[in-house]
Amino acid sequence: MKAYLLYPQQDFDSAGDLPPNHGDLIQDLELNTLLGAMALGDKFLFDVARKVMLRSLCDPEVILYRQRVLADCIAEPDIIREMYAIAVGALQDKRGLWGYSSPYPASILSGAVRQLEVFIVRLRELRQVADSHSGRFRSAGLTTLFRALQQELDDDYFETLDRHLKQLRFRSGELMSVQLDRDNSGIGYVLRSGDARRGWKERVGIGPRTSYSFTVPPRDEAGAEALSEMTNRGINLVANATAQSADHVSSYFTMLRAELGFYVSCLNLHDQLVARSPVTFPVPSAVGTQELCCADLRDACLALRIDGVVGNDVDADGKSLVIITGANSGGKSTFLRSAGLAQLMMQCGMFVAAGSFRASVCKGVFTHFIREEDASMISGRLDEELGRMSDIADQISPHCLMLFNESFAATNEREGSEIGRQVARALLEAGIRVLFVTHQFDFADSFHRGQAYSTLFLRAPRQPDGQRNFKLAVAEPLPTSYGVDLYYRIGGWMGEHESETQATPGSFPAT
Amino acid sequence: MADRPGEFSSLLFVDAAGRSCAEDHADRAFVSDLHLDQIVDAVAGDREECDLLTGLFYQRVLDIGTLQYRHEVFRDLEDPGLFEMAERFAEQMRQVRSHLFQLQKMQARQQREGWFLDAAAIYCEAVRSLASSLASWPITSRGLLAFRDFLASYVASAEFAGLASDTAARKADLAQVMYQIRIKGLRVEVSRYHGEADYTAEIEKTFERFQQGAVKDYRIKYRGSPGMSHVGAQIIDLVARLFSEEFSALADYCRRYAAFLDPAVRQFERDLQFYLAYLDYIKPMRSAGLSFCLPELTADSKEIFASDTFDLALAAKLVPRGAPVVCNEFHLSDPERIVVISGPNQGGKTTFARTFGQLHHLASTGCPVPGSAARLFLADQILAHFEREEDIANLSGKLEDDLIRIQKILLTSTPSSIVIMNEIFTSTTLSDARFLGGKVLEKVIELDLLCVYVTFIDELASLGPSVVSMASTIVPDNPAERTYKVVRKPADGLAYALALAGKRRVTYGQLKGRILT
Repeated sequence: MKAYLLYPQQDFDSAGDLPPNHGDLIQDLELNTLLGAMALGDKFLFDVARKVMLRSLCDPEVILYRQRVLADCIAEPDIIREMYAIAVGALQDKRGLWGYSSPYPASILSGAVRQLEVFIVRLRELRQVADSHSGRFRSAGLTTLFRALQQELDDDYFETLDRHLKQLRFRSGELMSVQLDRDNSGIGYVLRSGDARRGWKERVGIGPRTSYSFTVPPRDEAGAEALSEMTNRGINLVANATAQSADHVSSYFTMLRAELGFYVSCLNLHDQLVARSPVTFPVPSAVGTQELCCADLRDACLALRIDGVVGNDVDADGKSLVIITGANSGGKSTFLRSAGLAQLMMQCGMFVAAGSFRASVCKGVFTHFIREEDASMISGRLDEELGRMSDIADQISPHCLMLFNESFAATNEREGSEIGRQVARALLEAGIRVLFVTHQFDFADSFHRGQAYSTLFLRAPRQPDGQRNFKLAVAEPLPTSYGVDLYYRIGGWMGEHESETQATPGSFPAT
Repeated sequence: MADRPGEFSSLLFVDAAGRSCAEDHADRAFVSDLHLDQIVDAVAGDREECDLLTGLFYQRVLDIGTLQYRHEVFRDLEDPGLFEMAERFAEQMRQVRSHLFQLQKMQARQQREGWFLDAAAIYCEAVRSLASSLASWPITSRGLLAFRDFLASYVASAEFAGLASDTAARKADLAQVMYQIRIKGLRVEVSRYHGEADYTAEIEKTFERFQQGAVKDYRIKYRGSPGMSHVGAQIIDLVARLFSEEFSALADYCRRYAAFLDPAVRQFERDLQFYLAYLDYIKPMRSAGLSFCLPELTADSKEIFASDTFDLALAAKLVPRGAPVVCNEFHLSDPERIVVISGPNQGGKTTFARTFGQLHHLASTGCPVPGSAARLFLADQILAHFEREEDIANLSGKLEDDLIRIQKILLTSTPSSIVIMNEIFTSTTLSDARFLGGKVLEKVIELDLLCVYVTFIDELASLGPSVVSMASTIVPDNPAERTYKVVRKPADGLAYALALAGKRRVTYGQLKGRILT
């Protein structure tokens, strides 16, 4: 029994490794915002979405396999959510019943029996869904799954299971001596033989009582468990074969939950995103092509957080380098994130936040973003940046996508530009596509002068009134920035704003 | 024998009024920039009184008298014997408190009583042994002397003597109790133990003949007591009927000594945590040869210095690894106020700036500071601005954030404040950075602030007589190797960024060779 919803003829390996740079991707692309929207507070969905998202597919065929399953899911969300709920329910029931860490051998056995009973109920539910809705789906992934449910979980099989479960029992009665621990609870349980003999006076009710008894009420599960623990303190039970069968069924539900879970998380995201941004299935091109063309591309994370996010239209087909310059707060980082996010979303089989998006599949997405000073303090800032670059060099290969955000800025402009130039040149010559956000004019300008034909220059514009509209335009880098303006706009700290600030539209002139 | 012991108020404040007026209103924004959070987390982190300690270590005391009171206690605790004694006492008191805390959650009366008795037994032992050791110890601080007097009178009181002897008697009773239980289905029978044989031993004997070589061990490992369930509570209730003398004596005991913990002992022990936690923290660094000193404090002169000083948070990481810690020194004589630090990256500039801030913060808690000698300024505020990570939640842009934060710092600082700034304006152009850095120092000079300013912009190091230029240094033959020494010298315009890139193997030529094609 297999699910095979994420790959044709292959399980999803939820224990597999994430790429070594996954921490950087999560941090730099703000992936937790996206994953949070996919998970809606569900830790499990968060984890699945995270794993699937970060282990990018490189084969456009597999991407399309998932896109088709996802399209089915979007068309029939209720059925998918119902099946997911069954898998979740099965595993929840299991947790409620029994855990491997039980220190009570007797409860391991009875727990395993109860677990199997519950699983069988859930397997019947799955069969029911398959019987009711087969024929509603077109994707290879879902039609195969439904066929398997109907063929392998037939009525004869359920009968066989029921028969086996009726045979498992355990009972025991023990006599133990006990001493007082420091808190007066029992300690030092020693199994004893024989009965204590009561004297004749006590038996006829005239001597002091030497024994008392009580019975734990039948519905007092905790009480029964406590008795079981006391009992088991003297004995060693050797019962675990039933538990192993239960494990196998449990694994099936675990797999189903993970694979359906990814699609459920996509549905969650789709529900939220579709009202705030255009959403489309991207068109993946084979590794090695040089395509990147989008319309109205949004930063999905930003779109989830605020209204009125502006999309970008970019045609970088045939361009190996994209340099983004321009105003601070002008949407440079946002565009860079939107491109990285869309690439990752595409390569896990998902839709993207854009009007249209077509791009070459890459062998891996890498990010090198300006960071808060290394918390371990062992390195200075530039060295920390260079160290991260060095880690990337260990992992990156041709046909990867490299995103730089204000990199190598922890030194002066001349030297930062020089390092940036050397790194970018080496990557480009190795066949790696580079998107570089920079304020270093010297860096940007040298590519403008030397390599304009294979480079696309985008610039975050500033409106004449000082407002930024966040929409990038194709434009060459400019040798100025806006720090001085900004200083006067916020009013400075030397008391000069009264005389030097120019009143901007919408603000009152100083009096 | 006195009925009631004497009085004791605090090991941290000269009088009880000090504690209430030393409130913490300060903005703690600078703590992560200076890595004070790392220091305080490590000092207070896994201690039971974590919140109290965290508060004390962040609380800047601006009264020199209080700080001297603490200095005296620190000097006494330099004696290893006294320190060890104090630590042992603190550990016992921690156990007492954790017992008393746990018993609030216990359901069965007999369990609470047993646990309460155990707590009292630990307490009696802790108090008695501390009192007898302290009695003959040569101590000089006002705080510890007052406590010693108090403790002697407390131990001699009738109140304490009664507690100690009753505690011992109840403990001896309970150790004698032995009972047995029979569990059959859901029925439990409880009786006195009458000497029945060990059944497990019988079983082992019976099957002894089958024993072969080594086999896998399928036994569940049981350790210690299973704790007390409600069934356990029912059982202990029946045991208490079977052993009614022992248990009614215990109940009487618990009523009688419900408030055995003396509030002044408790106060002392909480206050003591402050000293022990900090001394524990710096102990490995001292063992590694680093110096700590109690600084001279000044609230008016800005002529300050520190010798053989270092970044405490960094040293705490380096020392356990056996890595060397580089020490630095600084001194300012009138009219010097501002240290502008330039020079090669990864040369210890940031670390130096942090050290400066840490010293001044620690000085205002009364703790020993890193260094062989120091005179430090008791500032009304310590304000820091280090570059922050770009945050999607703040959409107004990084440079604007930086400027707004700096504006806030400069507009809230007074001539008695200390300002520490590190590598700002890196996300803008060189000319902007030069303009804005100049504006910052212009304001700092105007306010006559003590300031450390780390920058790439050489020109800022020569703005006037109040500015001192310091720079990180390099090994001349190997520019990529760093000394982490920051010394007084003119800014020399050298930033060895490309040498550093070479060391990390990310120059053009190196990358060409590394990326597999």
